[in-house]
Amino acid sequence: MTPMQKLLQLPVNAMNMVKTAQDQMGQQDEAKSPVMTPDGGNHNWYNGEPNDPRHIRFGSGGGDQEERAHLEEGGGSLSSLVTQPLRHDDLKEMLDSNKDSLKLEAMKRIVAMIARGKNASDLFPAVVKNVACKNIEVKKLVYVYLVRYAEEQQDLALLSISTFQRGLKDPNQLIRASALRVLSSIRVTIIVPIMMLAIKEAASDMSPYVRKTAAHAIPKLYSLDPEQKDCLIEVIEKLLADKTTLVAGSVVMAFEEVCPERIDLIHKNYRKLCNLLIDVEEWGQVVIINMLTRYARTQFLNPNMNESLLEEGGGEKAFYGSDNDDDTDDEEDKEEKEKKKTEATAIVKRKPYVMDPDHRLLLRNTKPLLQSRNAAVVMAVAQLYFHLAPKAEVGVIAKALVRLMRSHSEVQYVVLQNVATMSIKRRGMFEPYLKSFYIRSTDPTQIKVLKLEVLTNLANETNISTILREFQTYIKSNDKDFVAATIQAIGRCATNIGEVRDTCLNGLVQLLSNRDELVVAESVVVIKKLLQMQPEQHSDIIKHMAKLTDNIQVPMARASILWLIGEYCEHVPKIAPDVLRKMAKTFTNEEDIVKLQIINLAAKLYLTNSKQTKLLTQYVLNLAKYDQNYDIRDRARFIRQLIVPTDKSGALSKYAKKLFLALKPAPVLESPFKDRDHFQLGSLSHLLNAKAGGYQVLPDWPEAAPDPSVRNVEVITLLERVTTLTSVPEWTKCSSREKRKEKKADKPFYSDSEGESGPTESADSASDTASGSESGSGSEESGSGSESEESNEESESASEEDEEEEGKKKKKNVEKIKARKPVPESESEPSSGEDVKKSEKKSKPRIGSSESESEEDNDSESESSESEEEESEEESEEETKKKKKTTASKPPSKPPKKENKKEKKEMSLLDFDDFDPAPSPSQVTPLNNFLSSSLVTDLEGLSLTDNVLSPTTIIPSGNLKTYELLHRITGEGLSVEYCFSRQPFSPDPHMVAVKIQFTNSATSEAKSLHVEDAKLQSGMRIKEFPEIEVLPAGETVSVVMGIDFCDSTQAANFQLCTHTRKFFVSIQPPVGELMMPIFMTENEFKKEQGQLMGMNEITEKLTLEEKCQGEHAVVQRVTTAANLSRVPCGSDKECRFAGKTVTSGSLVLVSVVTKEDGAAQLTVNCEKMVIGTMLVKDILQALTQ
Amino acid sequence: MINSLFLINPSGEMFLEKHWKSVVSRSVCDYFLEAKEKALEPEDVPPVIHTPHHYLISIYRDKLFFLSVIQTEVPPLFVIEFLHRVAEMIQDYFGECSETVVKDHMVMVYELLEEMLDNGFPLATESNVLKEMIRPPTILRSVVNTLTGTSNVGDTLLTGQLSTIPWRRAGVRYTNNEAYFDVVEEIDAILDQSGTTVFAEIQGVVEACVKLSGMPDLTLSFMNPRLLDDVSFHPCVRYKLWESERVLSFIPPDGNFTLMTYHVNAQNLVAIPVYVKQSISFFECGSDGRLDVTVGPKQTMGKTVEGVMVTVHLPKTILSINLTATQGSYTYDNGTKLLVWDIGKLNPQKLPNLRGSLSLQAGAPKPEENPSLNIDLKIQQLAISGLKVNRLDMFGEKYKPFKGVKYITKAGKFQVLTITASINKYT
Repeated sequence: MTPMQKLLQLPVNAMNMVKTAQDQMGQQDEAKSPVMTPDGGNHNWYNGEPNDPRHIRFGSGGGDQEERAHLEEGGGSLSSLVTQPLRHDDLKEMLDSNKDSLKLEAMKRIVAMIARGKNASDLFPAVVKNVACKNIEVKKLVYVYLVRYAEEQQDLALLSISTFQRGLKDPNQLIRASALRVLSSIRVTIIVPIMMLAIKEAASDMSPYVRKTAAHAIPKLYSLDPEQKDCLIEVIEKLLADKTTLVAGSVVMAFEEVCPERIDLIHKNYRKLCNLLIDVEEWGQVVIINMLTRYARTQFLNPNMNESLLEEGGGEKAFYGSDNDDDTDDEEDKEEKEKKKTEATAIVKRKPYVMDPDHRLLLRNTKPLLQSRNAAVVMAVAQLYFHLAPKAEVGVIAKALVRLMRSHSEVQYVVLQNVATMSIKRRGMFEPYLKSFYIRSTDPTQIKVLKLEVLTNLANETNISTILREFQTYIKSNDKDFVAATIQAIGRCATNIGEVRDTCLNGLVQLLSNRDELVVAESVVVIKKLLQMQPEQHSDIIKHMAKLTDNIQVPMARASILWLIGEYCEHVPKIAPDVLRKMAKTFTNEEDIVKLQIINLAAKLYLTNSKQTKLLTQYVLNLAKYDQNYDIRDRARFIRQLIVPTDKSGALSKYAKKLFLALKPAPVLESPFKDRDHFQLGSLSHLLNAKAGGYQVLPDWPEAAPDPSVRNVEVITLLERVTTLTSVPEWTKCSSREKRKEKKADKPFYSDSEGESGPTESADSASDTASGSESGSGSEESGSGSESEESNEESESASEEDEEEEGKKKKKNVEKIKARKPVPESESEPSSGEDVKKSEKKSKPRIGSSESESEEDNDSESESSESEEEESEEESEEETKKKKKTTASKPPSKPPKKENKKEKKEMSLLDFDDFDPAPSPSQVTPLNNFLSSSLVTDLEGLSLTDNVLSPTTIIPSGNLKTYELLHRITGEGLSVEYCFSRQPFSPDPHMVAVKIQFTNSATSEAKSLHVEDAKLQSGMRIKEFPEIEVLPAGETVSVVMGIDFCDSTQAANFQLCTHTRKFFVSIQPPVGELMMPIFMTENEFKKEQGQLMGMNEITEKLTLEEKCQGEHAVVQRVTTAANLSRVPCGSDKECRFAGKTVTSGSLVLVSVVTKEDGAAQLTVNCEKMVIGTMLVKDILQALTQ
Repeated sequence: MINSLFLINPSGEMFLEKHWKSVVSRSVCDYFLEAKEKALEPEDVPPVIHTPHHYLISIYRDKLFFLSVIQTEVPPLFVIEFLHRVAEMIQDYFGECSETVVKDHMVMVYELLEEMLDNGFPLATESNVLKEMIRPPTILRSVVNTLTGTSNVGDTLLTGQLSTIPWRRAGVRYTNNEAYFDVVEEIDAILDQSGTTVFAEIQGVVEACVKLSGMPDLTLSFMNPRLLDDVSFHPCVRYKLWESERVLSFIPPDGNFTLMTYHVNAQNLVAIPVYVKQSISFFECGSDGRLDVTVGPKQTMGKTVEGVMVTVHLPKTILSINLTATQGSYTYDNGTKLLVWDIGKLNPQKLPNLRGSLSLQAGAPKPEENPSLNIDLKIQQLAISGLKVNRLDMFGEKYKPFKGVKYITKAGKFQVLTITASINKYT
């Protein structure tokens, strides 16, 4: 009861409190210990310990009060703890004063003591009184103190509870939250009911921040009293349904700590969590992603289940290595691959796998987070992809992981561990980044060793020589641990890759003459393992190693050599007995491990060559018999019985030879990271390769998918969503401008969702020709870009409708759904057939949403993604209808919509019959396409001759400047260039013709090249080129597309799609390409020029470059820079050009007047000033450079 | 999640501790100190240590160990990332992260830690939010504080955590509205002895200093975004817009922050701004060697190369050196065998050279590993990748901000190998 005695010395005004406290304590003293957790008890003990006065006296900081304490203590007994609290008298005084500043000062000192790890528990009564202090700063510090010591002084802590209870009712949400936070942080068992009540209340608080705090409080209460679990689960269930990003992360964390096994609670919230994910704060993202990984493993089917059957056959390589290996692989290999592929497809055909749309949703929504700055988030996404994604998609994580390698060394350490595990399963993924794993001399050893591990895992026939060369430099390192690891790595490469085994072995043998003994020893050990694989061919190496026994002292190496000689004594019949002789001599001085091997050697030699070694063996066994180590004594005894034939020797001695000289399988050198992936990657357990407390096992994929309809959300929530819609976060409605911005921001989402899901889904479904409608939709989607564009447009227009209307519609929809509810999603998909589709038609995107019932704020987002499947089906239907219409040459009677894209689309349909320089989409066979495009180029040639009247106006197409649209490497073999062909674009004279040339330099053919999903500035339009169905490897094809740039130099962004990939590309026109030449007489020119004066005229003086002083040169340069035609002119000092802008037809007049010495004056007249100024700049540049 | 945090100085003193759950005895650190003793360099201490009852996850940063105690399964990167945030926060608040700074601001650091985690789970790690709760010290404020007896705890209730944009505090007002962006690029390269590039890549980072009133919505676009191969963003950046339009659209945090980091497309050839001619040789017998290093500008795009510094880890067997530098000065620490030659600005007319003799310890064999040179340099007003900011647009606010972009190129891990004879054993 020492604390009590201390308390008695409190100042008078603290006495009342002390009394109550004392009473409580008295009653509780016995009851106290069971309350405390064993841990808590320890802490009490520990906290007492550093109170050793010495600590306090010489501790830093503190200042005068500690000085005084020292003086006071001088009189008392130094070691006594009893006198210690006296020293805080001044602090207590300060705390009792009326001045806030004094209190604050005291609290600061106390908190500083806590921070240093000094005991300040004796001040508890004095501090706790100030819990109700008005000063917010003092209050905060008091809270800090309380949280730290309440556990140790439970009864006194109770005094503060009422303050917090009051705080819980405060109108200010922040005060409510902080009261709950402190209340739940003081670990006092008695208040569990109070806490429970507070949490329940806070969980339904209006403020999301308070709800978040409630979520944080849940695990605190759970750790305090696990009995409350059931109640807490209720609260968690409630909070999981919360729709704000603020709460999501915290509640999932609570879920993980309290009831991770209750995976059923997630069902209803799964889609919401997926959709909210990107807006949740970073730490919450990590927790949610990890949880969802586990969830997905229980709910979805293995996307790789078909491939996994082939895995042993090396199907993996066909998937990944193919890109890199192809060039080196011989024909046979290729054939084999082909066979495997066909096999694979055969299996796929047998067992159609369709990815659950929810599974896809998760993959899609986590992918952008690979770009997070937070390494933990990136790692979480990476492990999610590793565990959940189809093999073909896992590759995306490699780049992000390699990026993490440039982070802090601790991050590198963890990432490398995970990469090491991944690289065993999915080697191809990291192969392109091989160089990123090269070791720098400045890396810490642990990083070096891990990198070595990864390099070894990545080694294959193609890159082994580079890797070995790299290893060679490592061997020279000063870091001997690292050198040893390198040698082992070489050994592993040698076992894994048969081709390099001999070179590796030779290299290692050379290392045997290294100066460093450690290197030699390690080499010996590795060589031993390698030799075991093919001992016959290497007796000379064994001989060489036998000689080493004279010099090498490292026990492991000596033991290895002896074992080798014993094992293969037949290959070195002369040397072996001699080695034994030497060893017998030094036997007594050897390490145990070496002694054991000497005995082994002796035994083996005795069995094979008893004539020479009988005596030696007996000598050795005699020595061993009296060894200090009982293992050695035992071994000697055992061996003697076995090999030396005596009368009594048992039945076994007959088999001695078989026992000792049995053929031993070569050791398998495998990575320590093999099979580590049964732990969830990125987890602590994975890192330690041992199950950490609280680790949740990553379940195996289920055999059959559980009912996916459990994730469908009830209709009620939809109604709620309408209300949340009206309460958009305030920042989105800052200004109308902002709103527009947001809209714009929304747009890419649709495309994104389609962009990502498109190819894989189609890949999945395309392979299963069995399920008809599905495959139809898949190919449709990838087939015609225009279709998906349309769906874009539709969902867009939906989002543009005002909210109220949407709300109404939704209600209507809800009713509709109610009518045909409950239709599980799986059913409603392909089978429920036509009638559903028809009803869906009118309110297409909404049906999707009502089925998915995602209730995130940005509803249209989910709509488009969810309804994708259905839509694409309808599209196919619509498409066929449209085709019918067009073939009947009846223009579609749809009312024109305001969207430009729409217009254009329709136009292409209209134009279908009239002319065909740009054939209609999706109807062209490859051959046809080829012809037509070449026809276009031919026509271009024709038009060239047409314009021969003004020969200088058009430069030959050979001189056209080509720009790169897609580089060969980013395009994965597909390179795309474009140039402005300067031909009128016949389908629409207001468009600029852009000639696009595709070259397929990959080894496989590219299919269905088309444009999709243009992101255009307002007013801009694109006339896509017809889809190129097949572009064989090595071929080049050109097409023409039209772009209406709206007379601006803004880039036109769109996606260029192949059957597998989509590339974001953009075409930015030079200003000179935005115009087309017109013919004018001199007089007309002057007249027009006269009308475009003032602001519309820009004059610039310049000095012509030497080479372009002639008239011809000037004309040449100007027409190269801008698509203008020359206007005849009387004077040869002046060149005039005229043109008009393509879209608006505004005149562009240029004149260049040359003077002496290359001086010249450039005048540009144009109604569009922006175009004028930019043109001046371009022409100036053309003329002066 | 995170149970406790200890700050430990290089000599092993635990000078700050913070517990978010039950108190964990200091003695757990013994396992860590043991590992630290074993490790030759502080960097070699394993970041994750397994003790019978706890897991210790630590980082080493700014000569301090941040050691966290974990009891249950948690993603290690989660903890490591958080610890780095703590270090960054201290740096952000007090200008540097060091033992003295932490000791001087013990209470404030403790309060910050209290706010950053709740029950071991991160609560507020955004600097903007924290600064609203606990104001960073300034000279003026500390004077006022001593006079009035107030401290730096924010007296208004914070609203930052409540908003949907947690990284930005509300109600920001500036008289001068400015937004500055620094494009900093680092060249990581390994050059072999002949000067050929073994490996080179460019890492870039866009650091922003945005002081704009209200809630500005910024859009930053690049002239040549296709250069960027791999990017990572501050959470404020809208991923989708980047995916589709290659522009950075964001509502910025207030003050300094890292907007994005990027990696330049590996296909683009990296311009190496300097070349190094060097020879370090040791005579086969005898105890002597020679060192001769010349540095000259290579592809500098017409800019001056500044702050050139050459660091050489000489072999351990070197006894002494005797060198002369034609430009700059060199220092040599015989204990660590570290030779640092500070050159400064590169003058293409007169190339700096460092040469002289090395003497080995008597009887020591010729060093096996030839040392590699680490080069440090800086080029102002140039992003070596050619990346250019096109424009910055602001929406949502009416005023006209002042905008600025600065480019700097630095050397990252820039190594020049001096490995001489390497007989290729394997091929």
